[in-house]
Amino acid sequence: MATRRVPLVLLACGSFNPITNQHMRLFELARDHMNGTGQYQVVGGIVSPVSDSYGKQGLVLAKHRIAMAKLALQSSSWITVDEWESQQPDWTETVVTLRHYYGRILKEHERSTGMHNNSSGRAALLASPSPQLKLLCGADFLSTFKVPDLWRDDHVEELVRRFGLVCISRGRLQPEQAVHESDTLSHHRHNIFLVREWVRNEISATEVRRALRRGLSVKYLIPDSVIEYIHQHNLYTEDSERRNEGNVLRPLTKQAQEPV
Amino acid sequence: MEGQSRTKVVLLACGSFNPVTNMHLRMFELARDHLEDTGQYRVVKGIISPVGDGYKKKGLIEACHRLEMARLATENSDWIIVDSWESLQPEWVETNKVVRHHYDELAAEQNDDDVDTVKYSKKRRINKQVYCFEGSSHQKRRGCPQLMLLCGADVLESFGQPNLWKQEDINEIVSFYGLVCVTRSGSDPHKFIQQSDTLWKYRRNIHIVHEWVTNEISATHVRRALRRSQSVRYLLPDTVVDYIKVHHLYTAESEQKNADVVLAPLQRYTGASSS
Repeated sequence: MATRRVPLVLLACGSFNPITNQHMRLFELARDHMNGTGQYQVVGGIVSPVSDSYGKQGLVLAKHRIAMAKLALQSSSWITVDEWESQQPDWTETVVTLRHYYGRILKEHERSTGMHNNSSGRAALLASPSPQLKLLCGADFLSTFKVPDLWRDDHVEELVRRFGLVCISRGRLQPEQAVHESDTLSHHRHNIFLVREWVRNEISATEVRRALRRGLSVKYLIPDSVIEYIHQHNLYTEDSERRNEGNVLRPLTKQAQEPV
Repeated sequence: MEGQSRTKVVLLACGSFNPVTNMHLRMFELARDHLEDTGQYRVVKGIISPVGDGYKKKGLIEACHRLEMARLATENSDWIIVDSWESLQPEWVETNKVVRHHYDELAAEQNDDDVDTVKYSKKRRINKQVYCFEGSSHQKRRGCPQLMLLCGADVLESFGQPNLWKQEDINEIVSFYGLVCVTRSGSDPHKFIQQSDTLWKYRRNIHIVHEWVTNEISATHVRRALRRSQSVRYLLPDTVVDYIKVHHLYTAESEQKNADVVLAPLQRYTGASSS
């Protein structure tokens, strides 16, 4: 029954440099899949572009990446863009971002169930299970857990145990393999939802940037409004692609000595 | 200016467009980029020509819807238009006839201010017959853009399917007009051309475009997703997604349309002696 379903919010972290139709497809695929399990009701989606301090090569200013994501998602009824992560002074670990949004979601949930509390009290709380927040990602994301120093072990554990992953397969990547090869992931495999994308639709932002540099068309790969924005602000040139060249990715240098 | 020495090109895509998807639209963009990159061409127009209901393909919904969806999809394009001529014909029209029709239209446009328009067009048609059998000679009209058929590699390979195409029609398309073929993963168009004497002979009129983004949004897949109430947003333009929803298109029922009917070209060519 619909009232028993767990309300679910999907969070996608990433560069969104720029946002593409494929990013937005991930949300749609994930929503269909999770709703299809019968256990969840997807109630929201959040796009959280990474902050400039991530230091990835070719990363254009967060204010642009946010503006483009907002334009792209104007027509979406359930996915929003959130600037919190991009506004933090330093790069934020994914788990910290999840904690932040989960806190917000819980507060919101308490607020809305609180409104019904005066009349039905406990019954209202029972009817509406506590919402969950899961990280939405592509299959390539799972293999990043293996990269030395990119992830803290305790973070990976918290990510899959406390939150969960909805992972969309990409190309020939076998996410099942990555789960199988990791003890942590294997142990929490019930909280890792693997979604098969049957249509190969590999619009990578890297390819989009390359095309833009070469004056090739990217129409129908990213929304028209985003294309217009890119041209207006002259983003994605040879210069922009060289940004952060030679820099070490921030997560690799950030010394998280004490637990965050 | 370099542009003046370039040959003007119009790209014509025939197909079911059942429904039109971002991949169809990408095909035009890729083709244009490719041709212009050679420095020899300037693509001035793209035409989507949805097939008529007489094609009798399984799951083919009414032409009026397919036309409207294609129109919505090209609303924001400044060079791609939709043409309804083919879909309005009572019977299925062979592709080379559709190409011929559009060629005549383009030629007529060229001669808009010509007093003897009708006479000229007729003369043109007669000349064209000669060109058809001359083989390597191309359509070259002063000022008139070159018309090329735009398609996916799967269409190129369908040339090999028995009774789907008439050999002389294929000849006409590749010898007189030209083909722009956008590769889809899993096809090897070069190999296919190599293996066909006709295609090999006119290989210079066949432009193979490699899509740099793997984009396999097939309309079949889209219809399947719709039947299962799955989202197709971001695979097609929003306006088309909304149109499908409003008109309740693509159901299990619509997919059964023409299920027990033979495809028009197969019906026409099987058993009948070549005309």
